[in-house]
Amino acid sequence: MTEERVGVYVCHCGHNIAGTVDVESVSRWTADLPNVVVSRDYKFMCSSLGQELVEKDIKELGLTRVVVAACSPHMHEPTFRKACARAGLNPYLFEMANIREHASWVHPYDKDAATDKAKAEVAGAVRRVQELKPLEPFIAQIAEPTLVVGGGIAGINVALEIANAGHPVYLVEREPSIGGHMAQFDKTFPTLDCSACILTPKMFEVGNHPNVTMLTYSEVEEVKGYVGNFDVRIRKRARKVNTDLCTGCGECWSRCPAKVVDTVYEAGLGYRTAIYRPFPQAVPKYPVIDTESCIYFQKGTCKACQKFCPTGAIDFEQEDEILTIHVGNIVLATGFELFDARRIPQYGYGRLANVFSSLEFERMTNASGPTNGKVVLRDGVTEPKSVAIIHCVGSRDKNYNPHCSAICCMAALKFAHLVKEKTDAEVYDFYIDMRTISKDYEEFYDRLLNEGTHFIRGRVAEVTDAARLPGEEGKLIVQVEDTLIGKQRRIPVDMVILMSGLEPQRDAKEIAHLFGIGCSEAGFFIERHPKLDPIATMTDGIFIAGACQGAKDIPTSVAQGAAAAARVLALISQGEIEIEPIRAQIDEERCSGCRICNNLCPYSAIEYIEEKGVSRVNPALCKGCGTCVAACPSQVIEGQHFTFGSLMAQIEGVLWDRRPDGGTTVYTQAEPVAAE
Amino acid sequence: MRNGSKGNTFYDRLVAATPGGELLASCIQCGTCGGSCPSGPDMDSTPRRIFAMVMAGMEDEVLSSNTPWYCVSCYLCTVRCPKEIPITNLMYTLKRMAIAKGHYHKDAHVDWSNSFIGFIEQNGRAFELGIMTRFGLLHKPLNMVKQSSMGLQMMAKGRLSMKPERIRNMPQLTAILNEAKRIAAQEEVL
Amino acid sequence: MSEEKLHYAYYPGCSMSTSAHAYGSSIKHVNQALGLEFEEIEDWNCCGASEYISVNALPAYSLIARNLSLAAQTNTHELVAPCSMCYLNLHKVEGYMRKYPDLNEKVNQALAAGGLHYKPGTMHVRHLLDVIVEDVGYDAVAQRVTKPLYGLRVAPYYGCLITRPESEYNPEYPTHLDELMRRLGATVIDFPLKTHCCGGHMTQISEETAYELMRRILHNADEYKADLIVTLCPMCQLNLDAFQPQVNQMFGTNFHMPVLFFTQLMGLAFGFSQNQLGIGSEIVSASAALRRISEQPAEPEQRAPKKRDKNALPMPPAL
Repeated sequence: MTEERVGVYVCHCGHNIAGTVDVESVSRWTADLPNVVVSRDYKFMCSSLGQELVEKDIKELGLTRVVVAACSPHMHEPTFRKACARAGLNPYLFEMANIREHASWVHPYDKDAATDKAKAEVAGAVRRVQELKPLEPFIAQIAEPTLVVGGGIAGINVALEIANAGHPVYLVEREPSIGGHMAQFDKTFPTLDCSACILTPKMFEVGNHPNVTMLTYSEVEEVKGYVGNFDVRIRKRARKVNTDLCTGCGECWSRCPAKVVDTVYEAGLGYRTAIYRPFPQAVPKYPVIDTESCIYFQKGTCKACQKFCPTGAIDFEQEDEILTIHVGNIVLATGFELFDARRIPQYGYGRLANVFSSLEFERMTNASGPTNGKVVLRDGVTEPKSVAIIHCVGSRDKNYNPHCSAICCMAALKFAHLVKEKTDAEVYDFYIDMRTISKDYEEFYDRLLNEGTHFIRGRVAEVTDAARLPGEEGKLIVQVEDTLIGKQRRIPVDMVILMSGLEPQRDAKEIAHLFGIGCSEAGFFIERHPKLDPIATMTDGIFIAGACQGAKDIPTSVAQGAAAAARVLALISQGEIEIEPIRAQIDEERCSGCRICNNLCPYSAIEYIEEKGVSRVNPALCKGCGTCVAACPSQVIEGQHFTFGSLMAQIEGVLWDRRPDGGTTVYTQAEPVAAE
Repeated sequence: MRNGSKGNTFYDRLVAATPGGELLASCIQCGTCGGSCPSGPDMDSTPRRIFAMVMAGMEDEVLSSNTPWYCVSCYLCTVRCPKEIPITNLMYTLKRMAIAKGHYHKDAHVDWSNSFIGFIEQNGRAFELGIMTRFGLLHKPLNMVKQSSMGLQMMAKGRLSMKPERIRNMPQLTAILNEAKRIAAQEEVL
Repeated sequence: MSEEKLHYAYYPGCSMSTSAHAYGSSIKHVNQALGLEFEEIEDWNCCGASEYISVNALPAYSLIARNLSLAAQTNTHELVAPCSMCYLNLHKVEGYMRKYPDLNEKVNQALAAGGLHYKPGTMHVRHLLDVIVEDVGYDAVAQRVTKPLYGLRVAPYYGCLITRPESEYNPEYPTHLDELMRRLGATVIDFPLKTHCCGGHMTQISEETAYELMRRILHNADEYKADLIVTLCPMCQLNLDAFQPQVNQMFGTNFHMPVLFFTQLMGLAFGFSQNQLGIGSEIVSASAALRRISEQPAEPEQRAPKKRDKNALPMPPAL
């Protein structure tokens, strides 16, 4: 082993490390390790002065390896790698020992043990760093187009920001029209703007934008590649309508005899025909045939739409189209799904006629909805004289979803306002807390307090039609503990609105898997950092925006959309990206061609070279997970930067005090993989 | 120990003596328990308010309330609680704590349980007529007149036995119960 | 269904020979018809109901665990209890011993003083209804019906403890007793209070509270025009039946709502006589109600022909 010159820097991190670990003692102790030429401790290594220390020593002391014992590599490995690079040392000859999260923070009450552990960690790092080899990152080009998945308010905004910056965007949406849930709402809080009025201009803008290729009624089927270079296969489902000929005149759906309940746009509260346009302001304006309810597709007869279409645009034979696109970045904005309140039997949804979900009520108050905006009971005619609004249905509940759905308190206030505006009904609002956290939200609550709604603090126990007391006959009775009074109350009402929670899309886990990103148990996509990077994922080149990352309101979704777009634009303007060279490498001289590694690779990054009878790793696709390294029966695959030699050395370093001879290496056998 | 606290407070003792009791820390005072409770309107304090009083350390008030004694063990609170707090179990513990401290709402409530248990410890089986008679004589003598007609009807239908049933191996049961009581006293298990 | 008999350890509970002797008799006959073999646990003791646990926990658990230990001496792992309270107690303590090693140790220490031991996980505790619905199955039950209960409007009353706190069935809205009754040919009433509490032992603690709880159930079943209430717990049957006259007295109501055990109705449908099934031992007589059983199936409820009301909004579909 050549004599390396190792510099060690032990960070105090203020009190974070020094409060528990005796950093001076660690630094002094480390100085005596073989090949350590300098060992320092310093208050804040990540500061410019701290970094300069490292750079100075590299230049003046001719250091060939650097170890910083500080926080997690997730925090500052890039910082110190850059410092090394600036001083002329290959950045991959740097090792970080985490003595904060791994020693100080987890053993706060046993300082001696924490210090001993820190010493062991540093010893391990010192041994390992000497086995590392210089590596060069490889440069990937960033393709200009971007794929945005999901055409709701978040996705639309991502698309517009990128398109307006002059770059091409593919916007894929699986419903026949973009718009998402926002297109279903009547008014938006806190301004009570008409939802469609503020949304549709954006929908038209994105639908007509020269830089946007909008693919509605389409779904992504396969994603291959890596940041800057994704190949995506998309299925454009057949509308059975030739969009080159269709003018959106509406003759077809006015003639269609097949009527079904519209469970998507009307949230089950209204009907549509088999050939339909989801809503009047749909973008694109073309209808689509729902083949499951179409008489022609089910029984072979009818064809009324085709008969009456003035331009001959109906094409029953139309087939799905598959297209493959090449994009540099992907933004997922797949939104949310509403909690199914039938799962809570004691609220009566689905059994008691006049219990409505929040989306049903949105459609009801919407002027172009099934009741033309009138607030009525399930009979479609009677105006309620009393309405109950129940918060936290399926949210904040370990039995269903532990999370808070963020928007229901505000939406409940909005509903209370709308009921008051449209009827003379008494309104009762049942809440646990009133979460009105964003700008102008609390003021909206105050406005509602002054409009005469009765606010009762209590989580509703049950909604029943079993009358017991006078005045309850024929009503829905809301039973609750009014916690501010401390008494159980029964409030008879005509109508109940359930503020159902927001859940991830039911196939969120499949989507996450398709794109290779992380997904929580509940189904929300996992961000790179919950505080500081909510729109990036751990997969470079794939970003998330909107409710698919967690329940949130429209302003936040819009802001996240813009943030994701900004990140994408940064990559596009840089044009290329450095990809960490931590990859697997197969020694082709010794590979026996058994191909066991080929199918184990989760990223399909290993190909078999027929002519040579060996396997080869594609460094562009490889993510350095190490599966093949571990699986190779001949041990001819090396994980760069994580070679067997370096890992064994690290273990020996950590176990320095377990060796009878005090820690000198015995591991001198030839490297299992030729390093060159 | 209260999640975060290190004491032997009323809260700590209640939680330690209840299977699953540590979940009480998550209570957000939503009132679902109080809203669901069939006997809630007849309680001094709803279950939710009892737990607020527990958090505030109001041991005397809690133990002297009628709330745990009015719990019908229907478990509606437990299945509906959004934090899965074992409320019914906590009510049982409050009863035991009240008895152990000698500090409870009404003698009659405790006596009912004690009458029931008395016959189990004597015979290994419940003896309805015996329990009702003893309890009735102690606490509701006038009521017994009312209930006697029901008693006679039941007897006529063969549904009320005049004699208690007894298990064969009473010494075995006695030994088990005594040992259990000894361990409970020794380890201060509630 | 195979002709082999299904074998279970049986825990009758204290009321089976007294206040609920009709349940006991009807169970015997139903088992005969269905090929269920119940082996009564040797020398079982009272489960303590909700009383022992209110006074002293460890002895209460040990009282229950003695039964588990004795059950383990039979040659089956299935333990069936027909009373909801007994079922809950046995099931709960079995679970606690499995989940909490410290509790398990102490309980077994107490059992050892009686020369007994119970290894948690040995017995699988079931309610009788669950055994019939899951192990025997609706089809097998329907096959044995020789005298369908046509025209009898039955309100299935589950009470609390069979579906709460832990159960495979929906704690708020179970349907397995409903379905079972339907298979016997009865007309089943879906009444909202089918899992509301009958009051349990509150008759002794606070009459007003208890009788009000009973009144609600009786009233609701009456409102929905049930001929009788069918139940699966001796406590519920006792309260709703034997205390019904008291309820009438307190509230000035005039209920005459018979309350039978589900096994009694099963027995009737299987062709056994009323005598064999203990019918007649109920305080509120069921004879008038049972006379409504007809030879012919009931006409399906005829509502006006279903022309879609063009104003009505669609309902969400059933789950």
